[in-house]
Formats: sequence, C-alpha cells, structure tokens
Amino acid sequence: MSKARSAPLRTALIHLALIAYTLVALFPVFLTLVNSFKSRNAIFREPMALPTPSTFSLVGYETVLNQGDFVGYFQNSLIVTVASIALVLLTGAMAAFALSEYRFRGNTLMGLYLALGIMIPIRLGTVAILQGMVAAGLVNTLTSLILVYTAQGLPLAIFILSEFMRTVSDDLKNAGRIDGLSEYAIFFRLVLPLVRPAMATVAVFTMIPIWNDLWFPLILAPGEDTKTVTLGVQMFIGQFVTNWNAVLSALSLAILPVMVLYVIFSRQLIRGITSGAVK
Amino acid sequence: MSDTDMTETEIAPVKRPARWHILVFLAPAFLVYTAVMILPLIETLRLSLFNMVEGQLSFVGFNNFKVLFSDPRLSADFWNALGNNVVFFVIHMLVQNPIGIAIAAMLSVPNLRFAAFYRSAIFVPTLLSFVIVGFIWKLILSPIWGIAPGLMDWVGLKWAFSPWLGRPDTALVTVSLISVWQYVGIPMMLIYAALLNIPDEVLEAAECDGITGWSQFWKIKLPLILPSIGIVSVLTFVGNFNAFDLIYTVQGALAGPNGSTDILGTLLYRTFFGFQNQMGDRSMGATIAAVMFLIILAGVSLYLFVIQRRMRRYQF
Repeated sequence: MSKARSAPLRTALIHLALIAYTLVALFPVFLTLVNSFKSRNAIFREPMALPTPSTFSLVGYETVLNQGDFVGYFQNSLIVTVASIALVLLTGAMAAFALSEYRFRGNTLMGLYLALGIMIPIRLGTVAILQGMVAAGLVNTLTSLILVYTAQGLPLAIFILSEFMRTVSDDLKNAGRIDGLSEYAIFFRLVLPLVRPAMATVAVFTMIPIWNDLWFPLILAPGEDTKTVTLGVQMFIGQFVTNWNAVLSALSLAILPVMVLYVIFSRQLIRGITSGAVK
Repeated sequence: MSDTDMTETEIAPVKRPARWHILVFLAPAFLVYTAVMILPLIETLRLSLFNMVEGQLSFVGFNNFKVLFSDPRLSADFWNALGNNVVFFVIHMLVQNPIGIAIAAMLSVPNLRFAAFYRSAIFVPTLLSFVIVGFIWKLILSPIWGIAPGLMDWVGLKWAFSPWLGRPDTALVTVSLISVWQYVGIPMMLIYAALLNIPDEVLEAAECDGITGWSQFWKIKLPLILPSIGIVSVLTFVGNFNAFDLIYTVQGALAGPNGSTDILGTLLYRTFFGFQNQMGDRSMGATIAAVMFLIILAGVSLYLFVIQRRMRRYQF
C-alpha cells in the first residue's frame, strides 16, 4: 500500500494547515500588542514591524493610565468575577450534592428546572431584571452584577458538578456516616476535596463569560464607579477613536489579564473539556 | 419512625423523619436562580402582553406582537433584524462548524507533534472579549490603517479590497466572519473531545478492513461524533439568536450601515433602552425578548425532541 509513503506527506500537509490557521487566530492579537508599543508614525508607516529603539513609545499607555480609571475598572471586574465564581461554586456544589446524593420527591424535576438555564439565556429576562434591580435599589452597584452572574453560572455548574459527584464512592460517604459525621461534614470534608478538579473546570467556564460580558454592565451598572474593564475599554475607545496609540494600548491592557489566566488555567480548561465535563 | 421500621426497610430507601439538610443544600442556589433568572424571565413574558393605554399599563393580549409583526414603523426593523439573524446563524453553521470539525480532525491525528500548542493557540480568540475582538478587526479592516489592503496587495489581491464593514451589502457577512473567527475554538474543542473518546479498537478494526485516512474519517469517525455535532449546532443556535456584544462594539447600537447588521439582540437593546432620539419602550422590549425566547425555545425543543431522539448513540 502507499500508506508508508503518503504518511509523511499527509503529516506535513496537516502541519501546514494548522500553522496557517494558528497564524489567522493569533495574528490580530500579535498586531495589537506589537503596535501598542510604537509611536504614532511607526504604527502607520510600518504596521507589521516589531518596535525598534527608534520607534518604541509608551505614549499610548500613558494616555490610558492618565485618562481612564483603569485601575478602578480592573478592581470592579475582579470583585465581580471572583465573588460570582465563589457563589456559583459554593451554592452550585451544594445543590449538585443534594441532587446527586439524596433521593427525594421531585429530585428529577428540580434537576430539570435548574438545568433550564443552560439553554435559555438570562439576557432575555433583562427587562424585568432591570425593573427588579431598580426596585431593590441595586442599580449601579456591583451587587446587581454579582447576583445576575451567579444566577447565570449556576445551571451549568450544577449540571457538571452533579455528574462528577455521582462518581464519588458511596462507601466513603457511608463510612463517614458510620463515624458520626453530619451530612454537612460529609459534603464539606469528604466530597468537596474530591471534586476539586471539576470545581476548577467550572470556575474557568464561569469566569470567561463574566469577565467578557458587555450587556449587563451596560444596562445595570454603567456608572463611572462600577464600570468593569470590558465596559471601561469600550467607552474609552469610543472617546479616543482617533488616538490610535491609546486605543491599541487599552486593547492590550484588556487582553493581558485574560492571557495570564489562560496560561494558568489552560491545562485545567482543556482537561475539563476533553474529560467530557461538557458533553 | 421507630427502630423496628429501620431494620425492615433494607431494600426500600431509608426514610428519615425530616431531612432538613437537603433543603439547606438546595435553597441558596434555588433562591438566587429563581429570583434573578426564572421570575424575571416569566415577568418579561408577562410584560409582553401589556402596554401603556392612556397612560396606564394594561393588558392588551397579543396586540404587542401584532404591532411588532405588522406595524409599518416597527415591523420593518423587526423583519430586517430577524432576517439578518438567520443569515448570521447560517454563516456560523456553514463556516464556523466545518472549520472547527476540520481542525479537530487534524488535531486528533495520532502522534501529531505540537498538537497541544495548536489547540491552545486556536482557542485564544474565544477567550477574548467582544470589545477586544471587535476593535481589533475594525482596525485591521480599516482603510486608514491599511493592514488588510497591505496584506491583500502582498498576495496580489489588492483590487478585491473594499471597506467591507462600511458597505451595507458586505457588512453583515464581515461581522459574521469576525464572530466565526472568535468562536471556532468551541466546536474545535467539543469535537476534538468526541474524537478522542472513540475507542482505539474501533479504529483498529477499521484499519484491518482497509479503511484508513480520509475514508476512515467519513465512514467511521463522522457518524460517531454526530451527537457532538448536534450539541455544537444547538449551542451555535442559542448563541447566535442571543448575540449582541460583537455587533454593538463593531457597528454601534444602530447596527449600521443603514441597519444592515441589525440582529435581534441589538434591536432589543435599542427598543428597550432607547437610543439617541428614540425613546425606550419597556413593553415592546419585552415583546422582542419574548419572540427571542420563543425562537430559542423552538430551536432547543427541535433539537431535544426530534434530532437527538433520532440520533443513534453508540455505547462503548
């Protein structure tokens, strides 16, 4: 057969295709990062060149840091994201434990009810959410965002975590019960540590849409004190459209935290997907 | 319950008097989810049946929907947005998912070097926010900066360049392709996972029968990953009919030029929130949200009750 001869050729073609697509995927990011470090003239004259000592400039970053309150935006995004993830993980894991561990009337129904939100986006309730937040006096607070994102993250978290909790051995839990552990102790001290990998996966899946969301910050918390990074960058760019240095620097600053998180969590994310957590 | 009861219920589930801990475990998630997600969703659907009549909010039945579908002022916007949304979805299905499947198939070739690197790199755009993606592409496609015309000149296609985002006939396709660029990572990852889960024995058996390479993919692997392709399709559907952010960052709330990139999400935002000299209208906003809800519900039900039922799942 021609298999032995065609294999290296086929591998080479596969590498060629994958390299080509990798370039397509990374080129825009690369272009932004590189040009954010160049002077205005260099950005236009040689957009593809790396910054050299003569074209290197940080003027864009200076504008961004002087004009916009980016430290404040980062802080807001961080508070909202961390608080939402913590709430999703804690309450989600508790609910997942109840659903996977105990048999009670309405268990299946409750599971289906909590899974509805995986397919139906929370955005469709925006009209009434805003109304409710106005009534509760929560507009322009980070609390409103945290509540919305917690509700948004729960369905998938409960779904994934209860799948994982079903795999925790019954013998272990029963041994705990015989030793006189309360149900709460069994959950917090036996089960939670065992599903930690699944929790990390859920954390990553929950984090990305929250950090990147534009819709709810725009509608629920557009005030200067509560702007998230995503909204802050959006508005900043809107004002500085013609200042290319500032725009490119603001974009680079917004890319940075996502990239750092990706490098830290990419193994977890990929393991989570390939182990079938989201099937 | 007495002790004698406990001993004789070996087989039946153990029943304790009141298991408060179940309630404690379920309550926080249930309350937040119900209060912030389900009730507002129901309230929005309810609001779509009400409107201002002589300064008072009153029940109008399906009148809002009638206005949305046939009022000369609003219905033109609505049908335009719906049509654009369908095009947006079709482009994702025809471009994003086949590319995702192709990349996944290439990545899953055994012993491929640098596979982890390719996979991580191709997933990067998916992690970026719409704001970043939108503006990067706006800059690249801008005739002022000249990145796109420069690159096309390099491959001898300079004549083909035009300011795609600014022309009504090409803007929608361009925005859709930007969104495809961003989201190829999702079908890639899910299909890749499905391909990895195919047991080696199946592939070895195929090889023994002389089915290798290209035909192995079409005849063996593709049928086995059909359920995952179904999930990817329904996720694409839900995501596309709920999209807003990318259009908003690239083309603004008016979804220009001339409404050519307006989809249901941007129409909902403008109608509900108001924009420039247009007043916000809560009831019509709720009506559009209700229509989006019904469209998504129809799509998801079609998947759950028709497509998924007919699909053959293979147990290994």
